[in-house]
Amino acid sequence: MLTLEAVSYRYAGATRASLRDVSMTLGDGEVLGVVGRSEAGKSTLCLVASGLAPRTLGGTLSGRLLIDGADTAARAMHEMASDVAIGFQNPGTQLSGVATTAYEEVAFGPMNLGIARDEVLRRTEASIDALAMRVLSDRDPDLLSGGQQQLVAIAGLLALAPRHLILDEPTAQLDPAGTRLVSDAIRRLAAGGASILIVEQKVDLLAGVCDRVLALDKGRLTLEGPAESILADPALHGLGVAEPSPVRLRRLASEAGIPAQAIELALGRPERVSDA
Amino acid sequence: MPDLVLENLVHVYREGAVRAVDGVDLHFASGERVAIIGQNGSGKTTLVRHLNGLLRPTGGRVLIDGVDAAKSRVAQLARSVGLVFQDPDRQIFAGSVRAEVEYGPRNLGNRGEDLRSAVDAALAAVGLESEAKTNPYDLGASRRKLLALASVLAMRTPVLILDEPTTGQDERGVQQVRSVIEDAHRQGRTVIAISHDMRFVAEGFERVVVMRGGRVILDGPPEGVFRRDAWDQLASTFLEPPLPAVIGDRLGLGSTPTDEMLIRSLASRG
Repeated sequence: MLTLEAVSYRYAGATRASLRDVSMTLGDGEVLGVVGRSEAGKSTLCLVASGLAPRTLGGTLSGRLLIDGADTAARAMHEMASDVAIGFQNPGTQLSGVATTAYEEVAFGPMNLGIARDEVLRRTEASIDALAMRVLSDRDPDLLSGGQQQLVAIAGLLALAPRHLILDEPTAQLDPAGTRLVSDAIRRLAAGGASILIVEQKVDLLAGVCDRVLALDKGRLTLEGPAESILADPALHGLGVAEPSPVRLRRLASEAGIPAQAIELALGRPERVSDA
Repeated sequence: MPDLVLENLVHVYREGAVRAVDGVDLHFASGERVAIIGQNGSGKTTLVRHLNGLLRPTGGRVLIDGVDAAKSRVAQLARSVGLVFQDPDRQIFAGSVRAEVEYGPRNLGNRGEDLRSAVDAALAAVGLESEAKTNPYDLGASRRKLLALASVLAMRTPVLILDEPTTGQDERGVQQVRSVIEDAHRQGRTVIAISHDMRFVAEGFERVVVMRGGRVILDGPPEGVFRRDAWDQLASTFLEPPLPAVIGDRLGLGSTPTDEMLIRSLASRG
């Protein structure tokens, strides 16, 4: 469980706070989606929840970050890292740069945590299978495409088997099938008790993977609730967030005077519906 | 306005390694709007990087208005073909938003009022006009991406290539990218975009090229590449049709890859 209590955060040198008085709880086994327009504070929330802000980034934080109910203020970054893993927006930032193959890259995180070799190999294999990226195992990470690098970065996070995982637009560069594999992996991780916070512009992905969704606007938490009701909330539009595809289709049909049941049956069967 | 022709294009990054592009023949006519889609690693980015000389073919040829790109200097190609990278941080280096956008047209010899108006128009097109003095790294990732787009727009190249322009953009950012493409199209420029966003692709482009393993497996209008008979081929390159195409098929309405097409055929069926 990860809790933010009345958190405000201002980056070093900034004149205004990027997060203002945000309180939230991420429960064990829960997937929490975060939406909001660009620069609403979503990435900042990720940095604060992972402990990187202010430990590594500097800046000014007020309020508290608690893990399993215990205040983390006195904990150093390397101690935080064993409890919370974070995936950055840009896979180029995420990759270690020292691994010569994608396989080594995936194993790099758990190796660094000092986990026994057999267990590292087991986790590496499992993560690679979960994301169907066996064909990339022996490739040089530097020579992979942007989307392939993103897949490798996510596999590396899965291999950490984190109790809390913070993901900042994890599928931005992935094709629809890769996106689906990542959302399946997130659900499996949560089923095992992990808490996951995920920032995404792809609302269709959030609709399929989140239990709860919260919306940020100008650094403040403005909406929070069960995923299906928040993602269908007309107020989202005013917050610069796109509607999920089925929500949009229902609205367009109703605006055109088409009876709801005309598309409802076809919407009811979500197999092979694009996540993108 | 140039035509772009790829003749049996092959690209291998390292001796004996993966053939990123494996024998592609394509012709992009002047003024076309073309989306390139395909699974991660299918060769999309490698392909477009040949169009402005960033990469040289391992085999085959690229002809820009009939001239072999291998015989042109990159500086010459830069006047015809503008390419916006997937990752803006590989492109941005200046100390202010304005200086960043000025760099390209200035290098093409643009000066004075002409330069100023090119930069102003490009900044306005992506909604960054009030950020001219801002340091690019004070912008969030999504606006840095729009800045990278503006700096290529300012060069007013007849061909505009966008590598995953909508990733990380919120609704307004996506709208901004769409209107940039529409404006460029109205001006008769060629637009080629790589994307995984099937809605963006189906709604904004007349032609869709689908790649798998370095080859072109489908090429046609959205109604063609997203129709039922093509779904297995799409799945083979990790793609899925947009939602309205799936719904239209289930309702027996034919190929309706956009919301608008679906709603229109529903309305006409009564």
